[in-house]
Amino acid sequence: MTDALTLTPNLAKPDDSYALLLAAHEGLTKAQSDALNARLILLLANHIGDSQVLKQALTEAKRGLRDD
Amino acid sequence: MNKIFEVPLYPYARHADQDAHPPARHKVVVVGAGPVGLAAAIDLAQSGVPVVVLDDNDKVSFGSRAICFAKRTLEIADRLGVGHAMANKGEEWNVGKVFFGDRKVYDFNLLPEDGHQFPAFVNLQQYYIEEYLVDRVRALQAEGAPIEMRGKNRVTNVSDHGDYAALTVETPDGAYTLETEWLIACDGAGSPIRAQMGLDFVGRVFEDNFLIADVVMDADFPTERWFWFDPPFNKGQSALLHKQPDGVWRIDLQLGWDIDKEAEKKPENVIPRLKAMLGDDVQFELEWVSIYTFQCRRMEKFRHGRVIFAGDSAHQVSPFGARGANSGLQDTDNLIWKLKLVLDGDADQSLLDTYDTERLAAADENILNSSRSTDFITPKSEMSRIFRDAVLDLSEHHGFARPLVNSGRLSVPSVYDGSRLNSADQLPGGPARTRPGAPCPDVPLDAGYLLAQLGGGFTLLSINAEVPDGFEEAGVTVSSLALTTETHTALAERYLGDATCAVYLIRPDQHVATRMDRFDAPHFRAALRRAIGKE
Ligand SMILES: Cc1cc2nc3c(=O)[nH]c(=O)nc-3n(C[C@H](O)[C@H](O)[C@H](O)COP(=O)(O)OP(=O)(O)OC[C@H]3O[C@@H](n4cnc5c(N)ncnc54)[C@H](O)[C@@H]3O)c2cc1C
Repeated sequence: MTDALTLTPNLAKPDDSYALLLAAHEGLTKAQSDALNARLILLLANHIGDSQVLKQALTEAKRGLRDD
Repeated sequence: MNKIFEVPLYPYARHADQDAHPPARHKVVVVGAGPVGLAAAIDLAQSGVPVVVLDDNDKVSFGSRAICFAKRTLEIADRLGVGHAMANKGEEWNVGKVFFGDRKVYDFNLLPEDGHQFPAFVNLQQYYIEEYLVDRVRALQAEGAPIEMRGKNRVTNVSDHGDYAALTVETPDGAYTLETEWLIACDGAGSPIRAQMGLDFVGRVFEDNFLIADVVMDADFPTERWFWFDPPFNKGQSALLHKQPDGVWRIDLQLGWDIDKEAEKKPENVIPRLKAMLGDDVQFELEWVSIYTFQCRRMEKFRHGRVIFAGDSAHQVSPFGARGANSGLQDTDNLIWKLKLVLDGDADQSLLDTYDTERLAAADENILNSSRSTDFITPKSEMSRIFRDAVLDLSEHHGFARPLVNSGRLSVPSVYDGSRLNSADQLPGGPARTRPGAPCPDVPLDAGYLLAQLGGGFTLLSINAEVPDGFEEAGVTVSSLALTTETHTALAERYLGDATCAVYLIRPDQHVATRMDRFDAPHFRAALRRAIGKE
């Protein structure tokens, strides 16, 4: 059985991590920010490795974005 | 000097069939003398089935079109007698370079596995392959084989009469009618036969245009595949440079959707584009230029009664991955032995429906791969471009991103997993690559290579195991080939895995029907019946 997507709090210092994400985008144009996000997703997806976890994450991320 | 593609190789000659009343009835007529039709006809003639090939034209493919031919194609071509001609003339290549913007992001080596008679890929102009196939037809004719080619014979109408098909053929001397027990339609992506029979051909058109040019130049670019994403000389688009024999280079330049095709094809517009890419000081000559819009589509099914479609007429892919002609040759490889059994009365016509199921699945696999490559090369939305560019940027520094770069997943043969012709896998510990349904990988033997020894029929291959000297079942003869692994590590690795001995039943198209850790007569007899559709 593969691991399920972690949906309980897992960041030791949530405010710090969140601030890291915001800080990374500071001073970037929209195009640069988009590139940063895409690279980050690819890096993290590879780190996770498990496509089932990725699928679950995509489902959660997509929730409520479309009517269907 | 005339190029081979300008010389009529099978010029029109009036045939007695044109005056026959009632119309002549043939065993098999192949329409189309492209690589697929020629391969089908040669395969039939080699197994003694009389065949007539009709083509609208009388020359090989105008300009190069396909250039990249995979190992499996060379193996099939070897059985047809042209594998070595192709491999000897072809340019072998292993290294590819990927560029993004103005920089090289990485290079790769296909690192072909040792112990195969043929290389992973060769580059060779399509007209050479067709020329070798026509030469082979001539050689077969000289040996008295029942194979005939008729140039300037354009098929304008086909009708299926249940136990035969009738064709109307236009010639310079007017029309005539032919009848045939079986018709193989290899009349290309635009298949007039498919259109005239009102059959569907559904899929995706990629809204993009590609300028494809073959240029002759004396340049010292290495024999490598160079692919550019968004290069400075073709902003926002892609480009490809690949070497062919005779100092000919293939160049693909993506042009986008809203262009004037006729204008773009004119040398005064093509030459500056090529100069921007190659540099002002490189001397070159244009051999052939064309503009393509790529599509991925296939027929709902390939067999329609007495009419069977193969190659581009049945399915079309974008060229990224070189899956067009390569998969077309696997079609005929799959079809011809089945048709021969049906013609000989050894198998029921329903065996031909497994050509459909096996090759439909293969077509879907090829379409999936080539659509994904096309989506990577020409992103369809802003976000897909952002991800694509992120992959390319990361690939410069990180190995993990390189497998995500997709400039074409090069053609590999399909495994017929789940085919009803397969019997159970009874070889515990056997390698996955030689499971039932898989194409046999080649292996070096004391003299020569394994695939060359499999011949054109069913083979019982034994490795460190006792087997009878062939057997006969349901009218079909199975020959045997007994090998040991004493000096053959590749054989052990590819066919035994963790097992110590094995027996394989191999189909005429060199796909595995079943395998077992010993020879058990009832198992193999049942497997043979199953492989010819009798169980
Ligand atoms: C730019 C480009 C690059 C490609 N690169 C590759 C590659 O690297 N590797 C690869 O494997 N594939 C490649 N392909 C695909 C490859 O060219 C085709 O898959 C291949 O030619 C298909 O062969 P075929 O015999 O099915 O059809 P075709 O080669 O199209 O032959 C059809 C034949 O039928 C004849 N015909 C048509 N209508 C009639 C009629 N009514 N009566 C009688 N005869 C008729 C035609 O004259 C023609 O000779 C490429 C294609 C393109 C366009």
